[in-house]
Amino acid sequence: MENRPLEYDYTVAKMFMLTTVVLGIVGMLVGVILAWEMAFPAVNTIAGEGLAEYTNFSRLRPLHTDAVIFGFTVSGIFATWYYVGQRVLKVSMAESKFLMFLGKLHFALYLLVVVAVVGSLLLGITTSKEYAEFEWPIDIAIVVVWVIWGLQIFGLIGIRREKSLYISIWYYIATFLGIAMLYLFNNMEIPTYFASGGIGAWYHSVSMYAGTNDALVEWWYGHNAVAFGFTVPIVAMIYYFLPKESGQAVYSYKLSLLAFWGLMFVYLWAGGHHLLFSTVPDWMQTMGSVFSIVLILPSWGSAINMLLTMKGEWQQVASSPLIKFMILASTFYMFSTLEGPIQAIKSVNALAHFTDWIVGHVHDGTLGWVAFMIMASLFHMAPRVFKREIYSKSLMNTQFWIQTLGVVLYFTSMWIAGITQGMMWRAHDEFGNLAYSFIDTVTVLHPYYTIRAVGGTLYLVGMFLFAYNMYKTMTSGRRVEESELQNASPMGA
Amino acid sequence: MNSVDIATFQAYGYFFFTAFLVAVLYGYIYHLYSSQKRGTRDYEKYGNIALHDEITDQPIEEISKNDEIKK
Repeated sequence: MENRPLEYDYTVAKMFMLTTVVLGIVGMLVGVILAWEMAFPAVNTIAGEGLAEYTNFSRLRPLHTDAVIFGFTVSGIFATWYYVGQRVLKVSMAESKFLMFLGKLHFALYLLVVVAVVGSLLLGITTSKEYAEFEWPIDIAIVVVWVIWGLQIFGLIGIRREKSLYISIWYYIATFLGIAMLYLFNNMEIPTYFASGGIGAWYHSVSMYAGTNDALVEWWYGHNAVAFGFTVPIVAMIYYFLPKESGQAVYSYKLSLLAFWGLMFVYLWAGGHHLLFSTVPDWMQTMGSVFSIVLILPSWGSAINMLLTMKGEWQQVASSPLIKFMILASTFYMFSTLEGPIQAIKSVNALAHFTDWIVGHVHDGTLGWVAFMIMASLFHMAPRVFKREIYSKSLMNTQFWIQTLGVVLYFTSMWIAGITQGMMWRAHDEFGNLAYSFIDTVTVLHPYYTIRAVGGTLYLVGMFLFAYNMYKTMTSGRRVEESELQNASPMGA
Repeated sequence: MNSVDIATFQAYGYFFFTAFLVAVLYGYIYHLYSSQKRGTRDYEKYGNIALHDEITDQPIEEISKNDEIKK
């Protein structure tokens, strides 16, 4: 046997880094097409009438949401897990053939699911349940992928050298458990072919819940997918990558523990705010509102902890584009976790519900916080997994400013569009007749939809810069020594 | 039990459960800060797990054979 010093093994991390970049581009490209379709409906048939079935808004919309959630974000979560997990547990995947096999199997099955999801959604095969559009065979495959990830997590924890689990590990475990519970219960469905004795397609299913119950379970799932997909694992990332990149230990470890338990307890009860003024019991709506407001505390607990981690080191924000990405991400986290609770207040929601303000809120959270943090994590990982410096610092800076401008254009246009929409929908004359028809709002909103599409396009341009920078780092960045990889990532001009 | 009784029961249950959880939360804060102050456990040192994470670095708290036996 060869006698090499033990090293971390990033094989699986690299595989998921690739899918993060590719699916990020796919998901956001589809998003940009959708944004232009909203502004200019002719784009729906841009590939010709014959292909309109595949290019229209309703066919592409689930592809956008699912590609950015289950493709880009979940790949980013897996990629960072296979990196951070080993490092903070101080154990290499090379030490266990079984865990390495699980990791590779995890990736292979994940790819199969991606193909099945993209194919079925493009063909219009869907359960029609928002963010849970996959039919039962794909759901079962997703559960298998998730269980394998769980085995990998707990297997790695089982052979660790570091006794205490770093706070990021807590968050990764919560992601695993949270999504497992949500996904299973929301996707309880009955395969119609088998239940009816052979009617319809074999892969089709209907939800096991009906009416208001279905809506309740759906939004318990939907909102907590935001919790355990867009918040918890991203917090896991920032708790590791910001201290590591800046060389500053987390400002208060105790606050991180407290914020963790606060988030775990409060988040699960907030989903009811999606169903305000609907047919669910009033107390449940009130509970959704109240818990949404309380949610500010644990969210800000983590975000402020991150900003305070930079105490005395703020010059790094100016000098390092990587730190810029992370600080902007945590700032956007604070911002969207304040905006969300405001929207969940009943009187505000009466105006905001069903408007573009909600779309704006989702995107300042996902583009500003989730995607910035995932890209920052990958930028930090790249020199360490490829043993090369980041190809271009100036390209990173350019990407940062283009994308920041993109996010700002996106959410400001949606704020104005949303509030305008809400006001116009409920405006009435002294007799109670509605003052505007629906088409009046469409006309007024057109410029804002165009601005949104421009913002989204800028963000997509940034994604291409990101992909190019990562590719060049992998293939032609200057080779670096281990000693250069302590804290701040090495970057070429 | 009629519906008014159930509603009353729910309201008391809700109130006391919330009060209990608030007590648990503050108890946890007290526990974290008092253990740090008494020197029972230094929580802040765990922040260094992220900074000293090379495989050759000494773990902040090593899993030793003794730990396994104690458990």
